[in-house]
Amino acid sequence: MIDHLNWAATAVFIGFFLLVTVLGFVAAHWKRGDLNDLNEWGLGGRRFGAWVSWFLIGGDLYTAYTVIAVPSVLYAVGAYGFFAVPYTIIIYPLLYLTFPRLWAVAHRKNYLTASDYVLGRYGNRWLELAVAFTGILATMPYIALQLVGMERVIEALGFEGRGLMSHLPLTVAFVILALYTYRSGLRAPAMIAFVKDIMIYIFVIAAIVVIPAKLGGYGAIFDAAGAALAKKAALSGSKAAAGLLLTPKQIVPFITLAFGSGLAVLMYPHAMTGMLSARSGNTIRINAVALPAYSVMLALIALMGYMALAVGVHVKNPQDAVPHLILSVFPDWFVGFCFAAIAIGALVPAAIMSIGAANTFTRNIWKPFIHPAMNAQEEAVIAKLMSLIVKVGALAFILFVPTKFALDLQLLGGMWMAQIFPAVIFGLYTRWFNGWALLAGWAAGMVIGTWLAWTPAAWVPVHNVFGSSFAVYNGITAFLANVLVAAVLSALLPNTARDDTRAEDYADLPDAQLAE
Amino acid sequence: MKYLLLTLPSLATLLVPFYNVAEPRLFGFPFFYWFLIVLIPLSSLVTYLVYKGEKR
Repeated sequence: MIDHLNWAATAVFIGFFLLVTVLGFVAAHWKRGDLNDLNEWGLGGRRFGAWVSWFLIGGDLYTAYTVIAVPSVLYAVGAYGFFAVPYTIIIYPLLYLTFPRLWAVAHRKNYLTASDYVLGRYGNRWLELAVAFTGILATMPYIALQLVGMERVIEALGFEGRGLMSHLPLTVAFVILALYTYRSGLRAPAMIAFVKDIMIYIFVIAAIVVIPAKLGGYGAIFDAAGAALAKKAALSGSKAAAGLLLTPKQIVPFITLAFGSGLAVLMYPHAMTGMLSARSGNTIRINAVALPAYSVMLALIALMGYMALAVGVHVKNPQDAVPHLILSVFPDWFVGFCFAAIAIGALVPAAIMSIGAANTFTRNIWKPFIHPAMNAQEEAVIAKLMSLIVKVGALAFILFVPTKFALDLQLLGGMWMAQIFPAVIFGLYTRWFNGWALLAGWAAGMVIGTWLAWTPAAWVPVHNVFGSSFAVYNGITAFLANVLVAAVLSALLPNTARDDTRAEDYADLPDAQLAE
Repeated sequence: MKYLLLTLPSLATLLVPFYNVAEPRLFGFPFFYWFLIVLIPLSSLVTYLVYKGEKR
């Protein structure tokens, strides 16, 4: 099982892993609060300033998705995988415009989740349930993607195993994660996010300086990758489109993947958690300016797919491209460091995602539908248990659902997640939509999207619509159907349900009212 | 006005046929890649200017 283990790399890897584990438990004492209160456990007491929020939000937006999944698509297909860059360009203006309004109303009305807000806005508990369910459902494949990332680096360390044994190190790592999340809540990933980001920055800077220097510059990398991709395309009898530029048929999927992912990403429960734990609406605005620094990194990390091609990495599983690139260019101890950075980079978002999903489950499913008289302590207990259950669910996902591209897991989650966009974001501006109409639109979007995505062999992210010659991201197709249904029904149905919010609740709070 | 300014960078990403070309290269990067990468700080700059404008 460990005959081919890279001992030096493994020692460094385990060392860093232990460091963040200690941090995860120590975090319980940071900015001390009562961890038996859901507000404290699940939102860190809403006291995180711009710096902590930057690390926290960045930590959950840039994950194994960035370091493993996106480069693997560039490695296998080329330019198509670069859709992740326009995707990250779209997010931040959207964040800047919409989330300070959501933060303001959430702060005034003590909303912790998107579903809380939707219930207050539309007075429709079934819409609330739909939003909560979507968040929890979509979180599982996204956490599963993190697990794929961790497993790739653990395997690249030389750990081999058969059957369930092959998942042993991953399971151990995950149990530790589950325990300190259980104890420290959001404070644990917030504290670890500092370490993770610094490690990832070191790894990335080393990679984007050292590897091009070895290979003769970026021009040489692009040339070599272009040649390798052209050879792949030729070998497949030009059935598979691969290259440094998009083929005409890839243009529409490229841009719809970018826009669809952009609509979805801020809707995830963990993104809400990250944003609502900020200290003020302005903290969010400052972050909308500062977070693109991560996007530049994402673009450069994506190009590691090409570096792997240029170095001549040959792997069957494209997800192994980056780990094997690291193995082939860096000394063992630094390999251990980079792999630890990637693994911790997967742990932080997995923790934040499970907390986000747990908050939502507790507030919007358990409390309203099962045990309405619950107090803050009982809420925290349920949320802690749920954070464990979501993680187990994600672990099951990876053990039983094989995927060629880990990226497709994220795109599946995104397709679902985009379906709550109309209820949440349109609602920040207008109450014209009827709650039942939004629910019908949501149902239409979920059914159409899932139906398009499902094939017996695997989940597919894009689909040709109405026999057209180009494919569109399912998330966009479903979103359009969703909005159409919601709009038509809203025009027809009387809109008399209760609205707990008033126009002035969406405005920024006066500075004096903001907590220190 | 603020909404128009903030959507500009996103609209630029829609111009795929315009930037889906190899030349001109910059530091070895084909145009497709460096155009999108340069758009990131530009987008951040636009957001910053809107923020400053609102603060006043």
